[in-house]
Formats: sequence, C-alpha cells, structure tokens
Amino acid sequence: MNREQLCQLKELMALEFTALELHLYLDTHPTDQRALMDYNSVVQQLTIARQRYQERYGPITYGEPSAYPWQWINEPWPWEICYE
Amino acid sequence: MWVYEKKLQYPAKVGRANLQMAKYLITQYGGPDGELAAALRYLTQRYNMPTPQAKGILTDIGTEEMAHLEIIATLVFKLMERATVDEIKRAGLGGYYADHDKSLFYVNGDGVPWTAAYIQAKGDPVADLHEDMAAEEKARATYQWLIDLSDDPDLNDTLKFLREREIVHFQRFGETLQIVQEYIDCKKVY
Ligand SMILES: [Fe+2]
Repeated sequence: MNREQLCQLKELMALEFTALELHLYLDTHPTDQRALMDYNSVVQQLTIARQRYQERYGPITYGEPSAYPWQWINEPWPWEICYE
Repeated sequence: MWVYEKKLQYPAKVGRANLQMAKYLITQYGGPDGELAAALRYLTQRYNMPTPQAKGILTDIGTEEMAHLEIIATLVFKLMERATVDEIKRAGLGGYYADHDKSLFYVNGDGVPWTAAYIQAKGDPVADLHEDMAAEEKARATYQWLIDLSDDPDLNDTLKFLREREIVHFQRFGETLQIVQEYIDCKKVY
C-alpha cells in the first residue's frame, strides 16, 4: 500500500472512530442535542470520505460497486498492511 | 446481521518481531478477560435487556469488541510472522507451534483454550451489567500489564488505544446500569 492510500485510509479510520465514539455516547444520552448534531456532521464527512476512498481504491464494505475484475479480494487485507 | 469492513478500527503497529510479546498478547485473543470473551458476553446478554439504551449499548460495544479482536489478531500475526522455529522454541511457544504452527488460536498466554465458562448471561440485567463493568476493568488492567511487559513504543501505542476503549466502555455500562436501575425502580412503584 503506498503512502497516499495509507494516509487516506488512516483518515477514514479516524473519522469512523469519531462517529462510533459519538454513537456509543448517544446510546446512553439519546436526548443530548449537541452530541447528536456533532454525530450528524461527522457522519456527513465520513460518507464523503468513504465514497472518495472507494472510488479510488475499491470497496471496503458490502453493497458497494466494483470495477472489473472483482475488487473486493484485492490485497492487502487489513492485517497485511504496514501502518507505521 | 453483521457486515464486514475491510479495515481495522485503529492501526495495529509493531516495531519489531517479538515472540515473547506474542505469547503474552494472545491472552487478549482467547484469554479470560480478552476480546473474544467480551464480544460474546455482550452479544448474548443483549436479548434480555429491558431498556432500548441497554439493548443498543450491548449490541454496539459487543460489535466494537469484534474490531478489537481483529486488532489483537493482527498484532500477534505481525509479531510472529517472520519467526524461525528456533526463536519460537526459545520464547516458550514450542507447544503452541506443535498444535497451531503460526496460526491464530483462542488461547491464553499459557496455551489454555478459550471456554464459555469465562462468561455469563444471568438473565438479571443488573447482575449482567455489573459483570460487564467488572469485565471492562479487568480488560483495562490486562492492557496495563501488557504495556508494562512491552518495551516497543509502536506496540504500546496500539495497546494504549485499546486500554482507553475499556475505560469508555466501563463508563457507558455504568450509565446503562443507572438507566436500567431507574427503570426497575419505576416499575416497582406502579
Ligand atoms: Fe471493552
């Protein structure tokens, strides 16, 4: 995986983590309007980032379009990436 | 249902191959306070939870623990990847190698296989949530001991992330317990 892809992947990981952290918080604070606004804004950024990443590098989850040949099985898999 | 995402939750970093650490770390894969136990415990307890918050948090934390299981697997895989049989023997992993070669398996640091006896689902939401809070504290302590055992700053960065997650999960379970407790008290009044 080249530098640029790794950089974009890490960005995506960070955004999705932010969304998850707010998601868990909202499970026990469902009426916190400020947290909900933060969540919705992060999810909006995440949707755009994920779309952009997948257009360049192929699907990272199910239900996403693929170029030919079937891109899902392209290496590296998550445990094969050098993250340093 | 569940859907796989082809990425880790957090970068699994390893500074150098270190079999001794692989031997210790595998307890968070298949040990008593590890990520498999956590995921399976929460995901099976959720069915009898009385409030929507509790059903949600057990589903979501249970799912996040699966992501942590994948991070631990990646760390162990990387620590062992290029090891020779001789190095494996010297790290005390000869018995593991005989049974599994370098594949990932659900055991603790001493090779004891995972068992469902590590976890419980009591049907009593207050008892279950107390178990979950204790489980998070035990997992946090395990990550602390692993950090103490390791001198690899890259590995420790990933372990510190996982340690922090246990603190957040403990907090969320505590809030859930309070919500459930209030729900039960409220039901008794009417
Ligand atoms: Fe946890």
